[in-house]
Amino acid sequence: MSALITITILALLLLYLGLFKAKKALLPVALIGLMVALVLSLMEWNSNAAPIFSDMMLYDRFAIAFSGITIFSTILIIALSKDYFERISSNVAEYYALILFSLAGIILMVSYHNLSMLFIGIEIMSVSLYILAGIKKRDFASNEAALKYFLMGAFSTGILLFGVTLIYGASGSFDLEGIKQYILKDPTAVSPLLYTGITLLIVGLSFKVGAAPFHFWVPDVYEGSPSLIAAYMSTVVKVAGFAAFLRLIMFSFAPLQDFWIPMIIGMSVLSLLIGNVTAVYQQHFKRMLAYSSISHVGYMLFAIIALNGSSDNAVFVYAAAYSVATIIAFGVLILLQGQVGNDSFDSFNGLARKNPFIALTLTIAMLSLAGIPLTAGFIGKFMMFSRALSSYHIFLVVFAALNAMVGIFYYFKVIVAMYFKEEDRKELIVPIYFKLVLGFSALVTIVLGVYPDFIASLI
Amino acid sequence: METVTQSIQGIPLNHYILLSAIIFTIGVIGVLIRRNAIIIFMSVELMLNAVNLLLTAFSVYWGDASGQVFVFFIMALAAAEVAIGLAILTMIYRNTNSTDINILNRLKW
Repeated sequence: MSALITITILALLLLYLGLFKAKKALLPVALIGLMVALVLSLMEWNSNAAPIFSDMMLYDRFAIAFSGITIFSTILIIALSKDYFERISSNVAEYYALILFSLAGIILMVSYHNLSMLFIGIEIMSVSLYILAGIKKRDFASNEAALKYFLMGAFSTGILLFGVTLIYGASGSFDLEGIKQYILKDPTAVSPLLYTGITLLIVGLSFKVGAAPFHFWVPDVYEGSPSLIAAYMSTVVKVAGFAAFLRLIMFSFAPLQDFWIPMIIGMSVLSLLIGNVTAVYQQHFKRMLAYSSISHVGYMLFAIIALNGSSDNAVFVYAAAYSVATIIAFGVLILLQGQVGNDSFDSFNGLARKNPFIALTLTIAMLSLAGIPLTAGFIGKFMMFSRALSSYHIFLVVFAALNAMVGIFYYFKVIVAMYFKEEDRKELIVPIYFKLVLGFSALVTIVLGVYPDFIASLI
Repeated sequence: METVTQSIQGIPLNHYILLSAIIFTIGVIGVLIRRNAIIIFMSVELMLNAVNLLLTAFSVYWGDASGQVFVFFIMALAAAEVAIGLAILTMIYRNTNSTDINILNRLKW
């Protein structure tokens, strides 16, 4: 709970620092404040969680674990922002403040106990992100990304709200516990309004996480937004949207499995197919990452298909592995775009000879995203597949394994370009912040891959 | 206040659901087929207002104030969204002199 308050105050503090022209202090203050928030939120781990603020929020282990991983990823991403925003405009403080405001919304999204808090959290997050997507005011691609994201976001919010309303109409409560009690009272005779409501809610949330067939905005928005913001969207925002999705379904709708499982299976299969197959044909690294993020949503949906008490754990491990690896990929992307001005696969040629450290971390990230053993990504995929197998979705697992092989093909394109294609190129200048973040993330990926017990049974 | 509640309850709930569903569908169709960003935006507002209407009706039907409080949340956040959305539209109009979304096709697969 104190994490939410810390982050909000921190954002306001950064705005004041900007007002008083203390630009040098922005990045250190933001990093220290976020670390304080992370520690404060982890300190509540063993307290007995009970709903707070008239049952509006529940800061249980699930909420702490997911706010931990989102705050952690935000720290890594903000550390990459050294000198990044200065190149866009001179009003830097607002950008940091907006990222932190959206993080505050995310904390609300992972710890809600009432559908009104879910709605408010999603809106606080999205409204900040609409601005962040369009911060390059003169750049046409950034404008387009902002407008597309805004229109899709507002549209999906409308659908989500209609779903919430219908659920309220059926059960007479916005409270997750109240809705659960209503369903449990007689699971065979719930009002048809509730079924429509659940469908609309699932559609609205899949727009937010970018699951196929509601994924079409994802590649355009990621490509057009500034790379740092795209990194934030594809890691922190996606994980938070997924946590909100999982919390809703685990808490309230678990008794109605027979109704929503076919929908989720369809979405998962489509996400895997569209994400992986389209990613193969991409010529640009950033767009490839966007499509691969769609396919990772497909894998994460497995945890919802095979829902039981430890689904949250599987999603947590997968989300941690995915976030850390994606941050490395986007870090290298930011370096390349800043110094080569191009992010096609050819621009990686010969990188291993000039920048062996960068090439090594990017290789670890790609291996982790592809799910090769001894990396965190393998543990994540293993947990997802074994969950799906334990509920006898054998065809689904076979299909997903085939898709994972397709995934290996396009992730390895980058590695092949770096190590086996020669080209005369200038050495990339790597600032110390980048070295720290990339090295640390690569280390986390390996450590989680070798000793998964660290986080595998946490929640 | 009692009389207002009673007169709302005088109409069967199904009528409210139907009316809101129709308004909501008009909004969705507007978003899908119109090409002007401002009109799409107005259609989204129509969707939100259909939700507000339905929430109020359910709230009276259940005799529970939380539905009406939710309406205030939606109104406040819709206002925030309008502010951001119009700012983004102004930014785009400055660069392209148009609010037609067909112009937004530079990012392609």
